[in-house]
Formats: sequence, C-alpha cells, structure tokens
Amino acid sequence: MEVRDEEPLVQIGVGLPSTVPGVDPGAIVEWAAAAEAAGCFSSIGVLDRMVYDSYDPIVSLSSAAGVTDDLRLVSMIVASPLRSTGVLAKEAASLHALSGGRLTLGVALGAREEDYEVADSDWSRRGRILTEQLETLRNVWEDAGIAPSAMRGTPDLLVGGLSGNAYLRVARYADGYVHNGGPARAFASAARKAHAAWQEAGRPGEPQLWGQNYIGLGDPEAGREYLLDYYAFTGPFAERIAQGLLDSPMAVKDIVRGYEDEGCDELILFPTTPDLDELHRLAEIVS
Amino acid sequence: MRFGVIGGGPAGLYFSILMKQADPSHEITVVEQNPAGATYGWGVVFSVDTLSELRDADYGTWLEIDDHIVRWDALDIRYRDRDIRAYGHGFSAISRKVLLQLLQQRAADLGVELRFEEEVDGPDAFPDAEVIVAADGVHSKVRTALEEELGTETLEHPTRFVWFGADLAFDAFTFIFRETDHGLFTVHSYPFDESTSTFIVEVTEDTWRNAGLDQMTEDESLAFCQDLFADHLGGADLLSNKSIWRQFTTVRNRHWHHGNVVLVGDAVATAHFTIGSGTKLAMEDAVALSKAFVAHGDDLSAVFSEYESERQIPTERFQQAAIDSADYFANVSRYVGFAPEPFTMNLLTRSGRITHADVEARDPTIANRVDRWFHEDAVGADPSDRVVVPRPSAVPLQLAEGLELPNRVVATQAPRDDSSDGVVGEGTRAALVGAAGLGAGLVVTEPVAVSAHGRITLGSPGLYEEEHVATWRKVVDELHDAGTRVALRLSHSGRRGSMRPREGGLDRPLRGADRWTTLAPSPIPYTSTTPAPAAVDAQRFGDVRDDFAAAARAARDAGFDLLLLDWSDGYLLASFLSPLTNQRDDEFGGDLDGRMRWPLQVLDTVKGEWGGALGVRLVMDDRVRGGLSPDDGVEIARRLGERGVGVIDAVAGHTVPRGGGEYRRLYRVPLADRARNEAGVRSIASGAITTLDQIDTVVSAGRADLCLLDPSRYQQPRIR
Repeated sequence: MEVRDEEPLVQIGVGLPSTVPGVDPGAIVEWAAAAEAAGCFSSIGVLDRMVYDSYDPIVSLSSAAGVTDDLRLVSMIVASPLRSTGVLAKEAASLHALSGGRLTLGVALGAREEDYEVADSDWSRRGRILTEQLETLRNVWEDAGIAPSAMRGTPDLLVGGLSGNAYLRVARYADGYVHNGGPARAFASAARKAHAAWQEAGRPGEPQLWGQNYIGLGDPEAGREYLLDYYAFTGPFAERIAQGLLDSPMAVKDIVRGYEDEGCDELILFPTTPDLDELHRLAEIVS
Repeated sequence: MRFGVIGGGPAGLYFSILMKQADPSHEITVVEQNPAGATYGWGVVFSVDTLSELRDADYGTWLEIDDHIVRWDALDIRYRDRDIRAYGHGFSAISRKVLLQLLQQRAADLGVELRFEEEVDGPDAFPDAEVIVAADGVHSKVRTALEEELGTETLEHPTRFVWFGADLAFDAFTFIFRETDHGLFTVHSYPFDESTSTFIVEVTEDTWRNAGLDQMTEDESLAFCQDLFADHLGGADLLSNKSIWRQFTTVRNRHWHHGNVVLVGDAVATAHFTIGSGTKLAMEDAVALSKAFVAHGDDLSAVFSEYESERQIPTERFQQAAIDSADYFANVSRYVGFAPEPFTMNLLTRSGRITHADVEARDPTIANRVDRWFHEDAVGADPSDRVVVPRPSAVPLQLAEGLELPNRVVATQAPRDDSSDGVVGEGTRAALVGAAGLGAGLVVTEPVAVSAHGRITLGSPGLYEEEHVATWRKVVDELHDAGTRVALRLSHSGRRGSMRPREGGLDRPLRGADRWTTLAPSPIPYTSTTPAPAAVDAQRFGDVRDDFAAAARAARDAGFDLLLLDWSDGYLLASFLSPLTNQRDDEFGGDLDGRMRWPLQVLDTVKGEWGGALGVRLVMDDRVRGGLSPDDGVEIARRLGERGVGVIDAVAGHTVPRGGGEYRRLYRVPLADRARNEAGVRSIASGAITTLDQIDTVVSAGRADLCLLDPSRYQQPRIR
C-alpha cells in the first residue's frame, strides 16, 4: 500500500473587509498587508455586491495586490453576468499580470435581481450569460490580444452554485468549485457533486475545491448583525447564515478540521468587521 | 407565550404537549376540524430510533404509546408462489386512533385548550396568538395561503393507492405482489394492534383504470380487493374508513416559517408511505420546534431558524429516500420475473438508505442466501449449502462466449491528451495500468478515434494506423497481465472534435493549421465558440463507416476483449440519435427509426468486422427538454439488444453543453436499471459509485450487471 508521508492539509485564506459597510479605504490595504505579514494565510478573498455599501471585488483585489507579494487573490465570487465578458476578461488579465500571476477568478450568478438592474444586465438570461462567458473567457485571454504580454498563464477559474447546471459548468469550463459556505457537511455534499460532474464530463485531473465561512471573534453580536443586514435579501436564510458565524477559536478549528476532512483545498474565512485585531485573532488560531 | 395550533394531528398535539411540559405558563389552543376521536387511516409505523427519541422528548407520552404498541422484526415478501421472510427490521406500529386519543388526553391533562369541529382558514383565527403553528396536514390551508412566501412545491406521485384496514394481525410487515390481467397489485401491510392491520393497496394508473377501479364505489373497490387478496386474508375482512383511491402528494417548502407562522408535519413536508415515516417526521418536527423554543424563548427568528436548520436537511434526505422507494413500487412490475433472492435484495435496498452490508448486518441468513444464489447463478454451479462465497461485486460475469470478467467492477481513466498522432501516450498507458491495478474486472479506455478527424484533441488516442495497433497491443497485453479484461471505447468525436487540450476546459476549438472541419448530422455548432460542423453527406457516410470497420478489425488485432461503440457524450454517433442535434430531413433524420438508421448501419458493420463481444456506451437521457428522454433511451437500448448488443453502458448528458445531472450518489443507476430490466440488455451502471458495498448492492439487487467504480475514497492516506 502506498502511504504518503504527509496528509494534504487545507490551506487557509482570509477575506478582505471590502463588503463591510463604512470600511475606511486605508483599512482594506492595511488588512491585505497584514494578512501577508501574518505568514499563515495562503490567499485573500473578496465578495461581490453591487447595491450595497461596499467596494468592487476586482478593484479591491488590485489594491491588495499592490501591498502583497505571495498571497493568491481570489474572488468568491464575482457575479460575472453583471459585467461584459470582454471588460471582465481585460480586468482579470490585467490584475493577473500586475500581481505576477496570483489571480484566481471565481464566478457565479449572484443572487440579487437589483444588482442586475443597476448593472443593466438581464436577470432572466443570467444562466445563459454565465455559460457563454465561461465558454469565452479563457479563449479571450489566450487569443483575443487583450491580455498584457507580461501575463504568464491565465487566471485559474472557479465556478460557484448549487444546481446541476452549476456543477456542469465547473466540469466543463473551470479549474475548480467554490462553495457558498456553511457547515462541513453542506460543503461535502456539494463538493462530491462537483467531483462527480467532473468525472462524468471526462476532465483530466481533479477540481480544486474552495470553501468559505464568516468569522466574528472579537464582537460576535456585531458580526451577526452585519450578516443579517448583508443577507437580508435572502429573507429567513439570513438568520441561518448569521447563526453559522464562527465566534470562537473552537468554532474556527472545528470548521477547518471539518472542511479538511471533506477534501477542501482552500478555505477562506471572511471577516465581519474591518478591525485589524480580528485578523490577528484569526492568525493566532490558524497558525 | 400564546400559541395557536391549527390541526390536531400528531404534530400539533405533540408540539403542544412538549411546550406545556417545558413551561406550563404557555397558553396553547389547538383547533381541529374533525370531531374528537375521529380519524382516517389505520395504523402508523415508528422505527426503534423514533421511539427512543420520543422517550427522550417526553417520558410520559412515551409510556402511554409504548403500552399500545405492536412490535415486529420480520418482513415478509409474497410474490408468485414464493414467501420470503427477512429479519432485522425493527419496527413498531400503533393505531392512529389510539395515538390521537392518548395525545389528546395528555394535552388536555397538561392544560392545552382543544377545540374540535372548528374549521380555520388561516392565521387570522388567532389574532392574539404570538405564534401560529400550522399543523394542518398535507392539504394545509395555512400553507396554501402563503405558498409564495414559503416557496412551496408539490409533486403528485403517479400511482394510486387506497388505505384499508384488515381484521387480522399479520405477524410481519408484509408486502404482497399479485399479478393480474389488469396489471400488478402491490400490498403494504402491517399489524398495529392484536387483531388489526393496515392494508394499503397500490397500483399504477394504467392498472387502476384497466381494473375499472376508477369507476367503482368505495364498497365495490373494497369488495374487489377483498376478493383479489382472499387467500392472503384467510377469511378476514378488509375494513373501510373513507378508504378511497388517492395519489400521494409530496410537499416541500423552501422556507418553513413566515412571520409568526411556522409549519410542522405533513403541512411542511411529506414522505411517501412506502417508507412509513409520515408520523415519525411529524413528531420529530414537534420535538425540534419545541427544543428551539426552549433554547431561544420568544426570539422567534432564532427559534425558527434553528428549527429549520435542524430539520430541513434530514427531512429532504428522507423525502429523497421516500421518492426512490415510491419509484421502486411504481415500477416493480419490471422485477417480478426475478428469482426470489435478487427480488428480496432489490426490495430491501430500494430507498438507497439500506445497502447490502446493512442487510447482512440485519439478517446474515438472507444476505448469504442472496450471495450464494448470485454466485451460483453467475458461475453456473448447482445449488449448494456453501456459506463461504465471494461478495457479489467479486463474482465473475460471463459476458459473452469466451469472455469472462473476473468481477463486477469496471474502472476507467480520465483522458490526458498526451497521445501524439493517435499513438497512445505514456501517461495514458500508465493510467490504464493503474486502473487495472485496482483489481477491476474490466478496464475501459477513453474514446479512441477511428480516424485522425475522429479525435477530440490532437492528444487523443486513435486506432487507425499500423503503429496504433502495435502500441495498443502492448498496452492490452500489459493489462491482461494485470488480470483484467479490456474494453475499447471506439469513437468518432463528430462536432466535439478539433478541440484544444481539456486541461483548460472542454470544447475549446483549435486555432490555426491543426484544426479540421468537424462532422455532425446537422450543421449546428456545439457551443457559442465552436465552428459549425459540416453535415455528413453520402460520401462521408461511407467513409466514416469504413473507418469504423477498419478500426474494428484493428481492435481484434490489438487484442481487446470487448468493443464498446460510442453512442454517447454528443460525439458523432450519439448526435444522430437526438432531435436536438439531428435535424436532417432525409432518411437519416426525423423519427427515432430515421435517427437510429445510420448509427445502426455503423453498428452492423462493426459487428461483422469485430466478431467479438459488443457493447454500446449509450446516452439514455439528454437531460434537456426536447432531447432524448429516459423512455427514448430504453427504446434505443431495446433495439440494440435485438441487434445483438450484449451490454449497455448507460450514461446521460453532453449531447448539448447544457443539462446538468443530479450528481448525487448512484445518480445514473436508474438508467442502467431500466436498460437491464426494461430493455433486457446487460448493463453497466455508473455515477458517483464510490464503494464496493454500493456495487454489491446494485448487482445483487439486479439493477445492473457491472458498475463503474470511482475509487477515490479508497485512495486517501489514512494508514501511516
């Protein structure tokens, strides 16, 4: 029997507070620099929200790119049908080149019709748009002459979602799957489906599996209030998301272990406050 | 707190009891439209686990329930002239009437206000209640009024059933299958007190109409069933209690609460009666909701979200199992020709919750009898008293004259795009040897092209040059040395050809001088970025068929054991089958006869040249509206069987780039089941099959003959 020396461990990334209302612009850059300095994170992640007091995900990652050298820069996810494919491709290629090849572009439908209205995109066609974007993105990077010549390789693509069509998109177009959060068993169920879709489609290799969760270590109550507000559009689900907040070192360690057991490659922990102390609390737990 | 509970069934009453137990200061009113003591239906079933949960939740109620309960361990299966008994199915039942009476009594004793014969249309009936609990059953009016907000989905199950009592006590859970001129009748029966049993009769819609049951009165249909099952009833009478024929409705809700309204029991989720869990789920809802109130008090949003997150996922799993079980009974006429052993295993494992290993743990005698039958049937041995036999997945299969597979496990390898000029690449060779090293009885290649333009990518392997034959010969020899048999998946990529390596995604067209014009029945591009293919013309029909013929001869020389002709994944032959991709108006398009014409010509040609065991990897479901349905897939499989095809590898999807699958555990097994048991061709099942126990289950239950194993769960380093 072949026995490997070391079990593969889940990598831990940390989210930027770019979608926490009222965050000071300087705090985002500071957070990114501190995340790299902490030495225990592999990546920084961002969320995407149009109609909300928040920063654009690609712009946020770009500013983070300027103050970091090693961290992967990952969108968890960008609601790509809100953007034209060409412009998104150009922005992503630019960021990938500027950051020395550190971008992982996660895309999905997003869940807010009002975001589509403001972005002047067609909510009723969102699935088809996303599929067409995925059919095109990598070809555009490789062929269309829009990427800066300094770009080495193309950004890794992740796809999120929980439908059969989402898993099919992962298998057909992406390098991996990005889950929307929650307990390890929810991640496991989705990850197994992504794996099955990948095998069915006859893709070489294995999909990368990315997960996410929220932390609220210093002031859990404030964290939950933020989540209730951020997810108010989901109706009653907001309460469930808020209940899932990781509010203690034990809760964080449990979720890391749970995700690791289920084969997660990288788990991004998103803050619910821009307070830098929160980053240090997390670093202490995961390092 | 003040609670208004709508509906005095088990969920509403038990919730009220638990809340009063927790805090007698709660003011709880239950309204019920029926009179006290009235009920419809006969007995209800609880598992051992449910009973211990009830004991933990309220010892007093449990004591009373326990006093009236009938327990049994055995399960009888009666079909044709056989009577099979399996043990280890710890179940118990109680009269629904007694259950309601004792819950009513206990609720009243604890100070719950019970109002009968009062109809309530909605939450407005309790203007001063802080919480409205909708426990008003499958046809909940409260839910109906809020269905938009709750995200309600309902699904009618296609069969008809009627819920009788019988004035005898069976001594086991008893399934009866009776074949009649009208069709198959199924009985689900179990005792619920010393002298009475629930006796549910279920038939398909067709059988129901054939037998004229749609025209009969309640009395007439009772007499009909009484007469039909007279031998099993042994002189006992069937009893009616509003026993009319119904269809089962599965109810699901995205949200289990809205405002101050929360749903429990059948109002929020139903599970088909064939897994006997309706009352269990209802009472578990009551337990979870009352616990959430104890934990969070009057913080309704916290209470409801905890209740919902506690209950929703387990309930959905139960509902899925119930649907799988219900589907089994809706289609059980497929299986009545089975020998008793696989028939039993199939029935016991129908819902997906019980596997071969579980049956063995519950009743080693039955499991061993099934295994022994399976082994003897497969190897042609006489019936014996052997106990030591291989597990079903390890039993050989005589697939064709001179072709015995050493076991039921199939392995394959993902494409690597490392072949050059069609010569199979070193990485691919190593991956195939690795697949054989798992110990699988059959290793299947990735699609191997019949021509350079039949390849998918420039790195796809082929079988169209002398050198290809020699290289494959070496690979096949190596696989044979590893003890496995080897299947060639012989393919032409059609409009999915001329693509870039698949590492960066599927169906990304080649650019530059290397690309070629692809072929398809109609000039429709595969995706928005792929060029339009050329429609196959008379010349090409001949050329491509010749390529298949030459490759079939080459396959013989290369030493393959089985040829699997590729009618799947949207490649050339598959694209002729589907109306989504074949829009020809000549003899090779149109109806299924037309669309199958050319693929069948190719099949006949290949069969003649190859001469060995022949199978087809068949798309049985496009998973897209307007495409091939599973019914079409069964019809195609049936015709292939008539044509001498010995095995169907039953797959789905990829005819067009949309149409995702379920991707849950064993998700494509139902297609293999239908190919085998409706179309009558041996089948290979696949789709998230990850354990040998699952394969033992699928093959010993007769759902498929072979299973493709995803071995990843066996390859995690756990032992250091």
